[in-house]
Amino acid sequence: MSDAITANELGINPVQANKGQQWFESIVNRIGSISIALIVPLLVLAIWQLASQKEWVSPQILPPPSLVWETLVGLWDSGDLTLNLGISIERVAYGFLVGSIAGLLLGGLMGLSKTVEAYLYPTFKALSQIPALGWIPLLIMLVGIGEAMKVLVITKAALVPVVINTHQGIRNIPQQFLEVAKVYRFNTLQLLRKVVIPAALPSLFNGLRYGLTHSWLALVTVELLASSEGIGFLMVWGRQLFQLDLVLATVVVIGAVGLVLDQSLQWIEAHFLKWRRVAF
Amino acid sequence: MSINTQQRDWRGLVLPLALLAAWIGVTNYNLANSAILASPLEVIKEGIKQISSGALFLDLFFSVSRYLGGFALGSLAGIAFGSLLGISRWADRLLSPSFNTIKQIAIFAWIPLISVWVGMGEPAKIVFIAIAAFYPTTINTFEGIRSVHRDHVEVARVFEFSRWQLFRKVVLPSASPQILTGIQLALIYGWLATIGAEYFLKSGYGVANAMVDGREHFNMALVLFGVVVVGITGAIINQIATKLERRQLRWRNRSA
Repeated sequence: MSDAITANELGINPVQANKGQQWFESIVNRIGSISIALIVPLLVLAIWQLASQKEWVSPQILPPPSLVWETLVGLWDSGDLTLNLGISIERVAYGFLVGSIAGLLLGGLMGLSKTVEAYLYPTFKALSQIPALGWIPLLIMLVGIGEAMKVLVITKAALVPVVINTHQGIRNIPQQFLEVAKVYRFNTLQLLRKVVIPAALPSLFNGLRYGLTHSWLALVTVELLASSEGIGFLMVWGRQLFQLDLVLATVVVIGAVGLVLDQSLQWIEAHFLKWRRVAF
Repeated sequence: MSINTQQRDWRGLVLPLALLAAWIGVTNYNLANSAILASPLEVIKEGIKQISSGALFLDLFFSVSRYLGGFALGSLAGIAFGSLLGISRWADRLLSPSFNTIKQIAIFAWIPLISVWVGMGEPAKIVFIAIAAFYPTTINTFEGIRSVHRDHVEVARVFEFSRWQLFRKVVLPSASPQILTGIQLALIYGWLATIGAEYFLKSGYGVANAMVDGREHFNMALVLFGVVVVGITGAIINQIATKLERRQLRWRNRSA
């Protein structure tokens, strides 16, 4: 799309332009948009570096980017980063795994059975109104500030979007599909495998996607509040020692993990949509 | 929302009542660490105490006013910034990649930095809530403006609208449903950020401050009452957000 526009601007008829030329132009375009995107961040970094070197701001308040980079490399080399990030990712994995499996079961049961829905949905809805954050003080009192509390908060954060999307996804399956399945006299297992799961899959996936991003957010929050290890702890520790370079380095790491999560989910989803287009 | 609301049957009450019974049983027969565990009756007593002493309203007043302040600041900034990105191709190419990268940083990761740069007082909390409201309004305003029909813009060109007229009479109205979606999300995220800000920047009054105090004094009744207040306030905000959407739809149907 975009290369056709630029081809027009250059006075070339895009239809006549051969494949090689188009490919070359799209590469040039790509490089162009990346370099434009880098202007602002580089400018900000340059001013920031200059401001720190000239001591316009105190390094206590804003350490220069070079120092943040050194700290980051130092964290990586000493193994502190790998260790703490590993602990954090493990927590997210546990919480997300438990939360999403429980969420799929609960959402699936509520979606499939009107009876289960009548019994459980009102309570679920009332409890999901209270954010995961709101439970933290209570959980600390009940189970202390150990691993259990952190995993529980992450589990709760993952569970809610998975339940909501699974439930809605199954509820929104067109009635005709189910009627066809009835005509074919599918048993429950066949109904699940051949009709319900494929039809509700986009919603299920959406729920899992939200569940994972919410898990990561919940982890950062809970580690900042109460923990003695993990990426959030590194940040709090830096704050307590007034080492802003450490705080900023952990901000970079948290952003990078968030970016990787987001991009990989987008990629999976894109592939997933391709499969759907093939299927229908 | 395909949940049948007419059928408000008793079955929905079974689970909460069972949980309540279990809770009463556990506290009555000292099956758990009774020093900490509060009974439902104690929570109600604590609630009455909080309401009659005015403490609840003081906390709520502080929480809600910083929430509204941060929300207003963040959503206005978000609409302005999102409009800029939506209208100007150059602003989009220059700024959007940076914005999308920074957006990936989990919001609470800003707290330690804010506490150094802005301190621990009211301004820091409002800044944090504003950040939470800024993201969804920026993204949705941008999306809304990008989806404005070319034909509408062409008509405006024919009428020789000035840039400002084009923005006010064509772009903003057609982008407004999406902008409202952003505002809805900002309302909800803003409330979460309010609770978070009060946990982390412990100073002054607030609903979440009361919960932290309760935890430190092993007063579980107060903590549980806080959970209920946070939940009810959140539910009210969700209701307001949903109503916004309905009004929006009414307006669209009238104009169509």
